[in-house]
Amino acid sequence: MSNGNGFMKALKCRECGHEYPLGATHVCEFDFGPLEVAYDYERIAKTLTRDVIRSRPQTMWRYRELLPIAGEPSVGRQVGYTPLVRADRLARRLGIRELWIKNDAVNYPTLSFKDRVVSVALSRSVELGFRTVACASTGNLANSVAANAASAGLHCFVFIPHDLEQGKVLNSLIYGASVIGIRGHYDEVNRLCAEIAGKYPWAFVNVNMRPYYAEGSKSMGFEIQEQLDWRIPEHTVVCMASGSLLTKIHKSYQEFSKLGLVPATKWKIHGAQATGCNPITQAHKAGLDFFKPQKPNTIAKSLAIGTPADGFYALRVMKETGGSGDDVTDDEIREGIRLLAECEGIFAETAGGVTVGVARKLIASGRIPADSSAVLCITGNGLKTLDAVAGHVGQTREIKPSLREFEALLARENPQLVSA
Amino acid sequence: MVRLLIPPTLRRLCGGEDTLQLHARSVGELIGQLHRRFNGVRDRLCDDQGRIRGSVLVYVNEEDIRFLQSQGTPLKPGDEVCIIPAYAGG
Repeated sequence: MSNGNGFMKALKCRECGHEYPLGATHVCEFDFGPLEVAYDYERIAKTLTRDVIRSRPQTMWRYRELLPIAGEPSVGRQVGYTPLVRADRLARRLGIRELWIKNDAVNYPTLSFKDRVVSVALSRSVELGFRTVACASTGNLANSVAANAASAGLHCFVFIPHDLEQGKVLNSLIYGASVIGIRGHYDEVNRLCAEIAGKYPWAFVNVNMRPYYAEGSKSMGFEIQEQLDWRIPEHTVVCMASGSLLTKIHKSYQEFSKLGLVPATKWKIHGAQATGCNPITQAHKAGLDFFKPQKPNTIAKSLAIGTPADGFYALRVMKETGGSGDDVTDDEIREGIRLLAECEGIFAETAGGVTVGVARKLIASGRIPADSSAVLCITGNGLKTLDAVAGHVGQTREIKPSLREFEALLARENPQLVSA
Repeated sequence: MVRLLIPPTLRRLCGGEDTLQLHARSVGELIGQLHRRFNGVRDRLCDDQGRIRGSVLVYVNEEDIRFLQSQGTPLKPGDEVCIIPAYAGG
């Protein structure tokens, strides 16, 4: 990369097109529109080929020309290239011909897709000279920022709703980050962080560093395409908190097509939310281009964002690709978690339950046809949201250390397994 | 007087200030006052129909005005108004 900005050209407003230098800024001065990284695709096309990608280590950084840092990544070099699992048992249960699970529940180092966006944001923050990093988070982002900041020797503040799952709180504290619990819901955390970011010279990964942060999600889509042997899936189901991941999966499909890395086929992207916080899917179902803000009430705390920053753009992607959107209740979320675990041995957090639950609805209603192929994006690990399933997954049966007692239990509960 | 927190996006236009004290009885009046003091501010915050842009969030005493009375949200002395970009977080 001979240019001082890698393959990046500028930050550009998605609304009015104004351009800005590649600094720590996320919003257009003229209309408050979001800034997005603009790339030199002509130069990228000369460098980034399938053979070059294949020759690189199996991490998200094998696609680095399409990720917004100037040099080599300094944080999160091992992130990504998570398994794409063919899910035949779940496919039969849901009634679809072919199903794949993109399993970011095992992403490194903190078991969620957030490691992707954080790897980019912190690498770029280091390039821009920041020594303190921060975020507003519903849990997974805080874990990732805390862990990756520790590995890079950066000071770290994470701001979370005070009542997050214990697993997620501990998973931030353990890295030595300053964890600030806000007595409010996520949107209030976000507002406070915007105020703090305006006052302190810190790199807030999802405030002033957001244009870079958001691009990291594209790597999930790049991997899906490569792992499907260089093709775009017909249908992709993505859960939505801010809506950013859904828009960036779409962008990843657009970029690989544009660069000729995959055949230019059609695709549909479907959005999934929890019924207790469904501003985007509610707007989609009503045929609206804008969402109404909500106050969240759902066990899917990682998706509990009532004012989704990319809600408008996510709606647009669903509409333009002919995709759909739906939402599921708390019970349906738990059922989705169980279904994925029992069919494929993958334990997803509540957001994953949302994705599976909505995929089930979309297939059952024919919005994803039975004779098609779909990828479900599973974004985080179930070990982080144990509270949501505790008491809903059965119980251990306790017996004395006695063969007779065990066989009596087996005869009662699994008579088909009793030998003659 | 109402205390207004100015986001970094608007500070250049508002003379580099990060907070201002203004007289206003409603959010709409506050935006008008700000525009009179710093010409052009209203165009940044509002579309050509005078509605606050979807990309702009306004809070009165930490409450989102979309859950209150939007631009008609009344203000009294001592209130704090915060303007932040919508494209953050998540």
